[in-house]
Amino acid sequence: MSQPAMRPPIESGCPDGFQYMHPVMRRNFGMWKYHEHPRPGVLLHVSDMGEKIWTVKAGTQRILDVFTLRKLCDIGDQYADGYVRFTIRSNLEYMVADEAKVEPLINALEDAGFVVGGTRNSVSMISHTQGWLHCDIPGTDASGVVKAMMDELIDEFRNCNMPNRVHITTSCCQINCGGQGDIAINVQHTKPPKINHDLVANVCERPSVVARCPVAAIRPALVNGKPSLEVDEKKCICCGACYPPCPPMQINDAEHTKFAIWVGGNHSNARGKPTFQKLVASGIPNNPPRWPEATAIVKRILKVYQEDGQDWERINDWIERIGWPAFFEKTGLPFTRYHIENWRGARNSLNASTHIRF
Amino acid sequence: MANQHHPTPMLDELENGPWPSFISGIKRLRDEHPDDRIKNVSNDLLGQLEHSYETRKGYWKGGTVSVFGYGSGIIPRFSEVAKSFPESREFHTVRVQPPAGNFYTTDILRQLANSWEKFGSGLVTFHGQTGNAMFIGVNTTNTQSFFDEINEYGFDLGGAGPCVRTGMSCVGAARCEQSCANEQRIHRTLLNRFTDDVHRPSLPYKFKFKVSGCPNDCVNAIERSDFAVIGTWRDDIKIDQEEVKNFVAEYGRDKVHLDVINRCPSKCMTLNEDNTLSIDNGNCVRCMHCINVMTKALSPGDDQGVTILVGGKRTLKIGDLMGTVIVPFMKLETEEDYQGLVELAENIIDFWAENGLEHERCGEMIERIGLVNFLKGMGLEADPNMVNHPRLSSYIRMDEYDEAAENYLRHKMEQRQAAAG
Repeated sequence: MSQPAMRPPIESGCPDGFQYMHPVMRRNFGMWKYHEHPRPGVLLHVSDMGEKIWTVKAGTQRILDVFTLRKLCDIGDQYADGYVRFTIRSNLEYMVADEAKVEPLINALEDAGFVVGGTRNSVSMISHTQGWLHCDIPGTDASGVVKAMMDELIDEFRNCNMPNRVHITTSCCQINCGGQGDIAINVQHTKPPKINHDLVANVCERPSVVARCPVAAIRPALVNGKPSLEVDEKKCICCGACYPPCPPMQINDAEHTKFAIWVGGNHSNARGKPTFQKLVASGIPNNPPRWPEATAIVKRILKVYQEDGQDWERINDWIERIGWPAFFEKTGLPFTRYHIENWRGARNSLNASTHIRF
Repeated sequence: MANQHHPTPMLDELENGPWPSFISGIKRLRDEHPDDRIKNVSNDLLGQLEHSYETRKGYWKGGTVSVFGYGSGIIPRFSEVAKSFPESREFHTVRVQPPAGNFYTTDILRQLANSWEKFGSGLVTFHGQTGNAMFIGVNTTNTQSFFDEINEYGFDLGGAGPCVRTGMSCVGAARCEQSCANEQRIHRTLLNRFTDDVHRPSLPYKFKFKVSGCPNDCVNAIERSDFAVIGTWRDDIKIDQEEVKNFVAEYGRDKVHLDVINRCPSKCMTLNEDNTLSIDNGNCVRCMHCINVMTKALSPGDDQGVTILVGGKRTLKIGDLMGTVIVPFMKLETEEDYQGLVELAENIIDFWAENGLEHERCGEMIERIGLVNFLKGMGLEADPNMVNHPRLSSYIRMDEYDEAAENYLRHKMEQRQAAAG
């Protein structure tokens, strides 16, 4: 029997966005004049031609089933002329050309169990990774952590009570696919991979695995007469990068997977230059299904920032003003030798001055 | 007939609380979907997830799955506990490129939902962190059928593996007065030039394009893309002095000093006695802060273009890298301008494909060979905007310093002449 003819793909690439854009946005493309923030969760944009469009932002569970997706579409058809867009933090935005529809849209979303908010100086939806639901090296279930945490931060999503906006991210390993954040909650594998030497020769392309290791801790080795790999456990920083090209190097571990919390990542150029997040807490238990310990630390950091930060200060701006010793003092988090950089460029992060607050 | 439900005591806990629950969504598919296939897949998915919650371990492993003609775009997942949960044994994700700015009509979302329900699990995420619409949970056979169907009505796969990845861009000029660029055009021009490299992984590692319309960088391009295009302007910030006065009247002079004037990083603003604002534009670093605060009174200038930064990335393998400015300002108006942008991207990807090591991002290659060698490869001249400060280390040979200095001065003179017309 001959093979059925395969259909060649149509390599159309990235689709044209204009076909899916609200007509008011299409008409006023590049001609917007200013925006206002009528209430949390709502933006109003006014164009040079005087046209107006309201945006209502809603938080969802991100992992959408088709029923939920259709429900969101129904709401969009009824109140937003059938046009939506998603933000990079997986919030859904409805664009409304008629002001009279804004309140009913908010009510419809809230009645259906979605959450309106996430604008300006609120805590936005936590951007996150796939976790146990779909990833191959997850230390935890990002979706579950985010659901549990957003349950407790829902008022901060709905209201604008922070000094400036707060972006939180969660990643289920230190590769940190989840993104940058004012607060990043990342899982740390804390023990080297366990190698199943019987499988390595059949499954892994050894040179690629060796190349993958950021600290050159992996070497080819002959184990039980078979070609395999060995890990210098003193060097290994437990990142897990060897696992995807070599599943017999198991990094997932029930006991030694911990959460670490990082703060001060800010990708905007506003005020200062963009900054990466820095480690502030580690060794936090990976405790499903509600992860209360991680949530408690995030809430503590948020509370101190809310009380101590000035208007428009992002978390990194605030810490820059008060200094890191004050951050650890005010949050009550311990500062240890593990918080000090120890790689080749570490000197750049050390204090070579007498700038010390007493 | 649907299988007996796996008990999910831990996952059930995630149905409590006010935030929408993804567990309730998967349960709806298990309990209410008319198709037994979807019911059973959802049930076993929940079973495996509960097992992960109990044992605190993940049970998916990768593999190789792609559609005919491509090598990329599917994230294969095979269950390591398929004996207990056979219906979700194969649970691949199809990465689909969204339109720039993530715009959709409800019609097209419904169409995608219908196709996904026909072949997949009924679970979808808008969007993954790389920017793709993620259709989560399909077996190998149906992967092709689902792709064929959505490909017919205008969707294509995104990247996965060592290839050009799906791009991301902010809402931009479609709804934001701060946009200094046509994100739609930049995004599609760049991405669609490299469609072959999206679908057929043959590069050292991933390569990401991201486009932000202004320095607020809402898509995080500087930190998370190898090629960041950021809209900016080079003439004066536009001031509506009447709106400045209204702002002062509403918030008071002290608040304007506190929130706007004192937060300016280059201290280039003055609030005058008559409640108007003066800006020393030559000193403005275009950070956006004042424009963000006084949305009615201030806006970006008219002479707009983009800044290009190369080499941003996260963590693996030498740690976090921000993108580095390699083109401080590029006009994007004419066909030739866009052609220039594409040529720059082509040169970078070619150079990196030649010189990058396996699993080495473009930024890591630059770190290894030095920005100077990279610029040489690109035929770009050194510019003080590329650095935070000039060299500290005195250990360097200066063999061709005079020639380089002469080139720089000649280049500056040509720029002045061009500006003067």
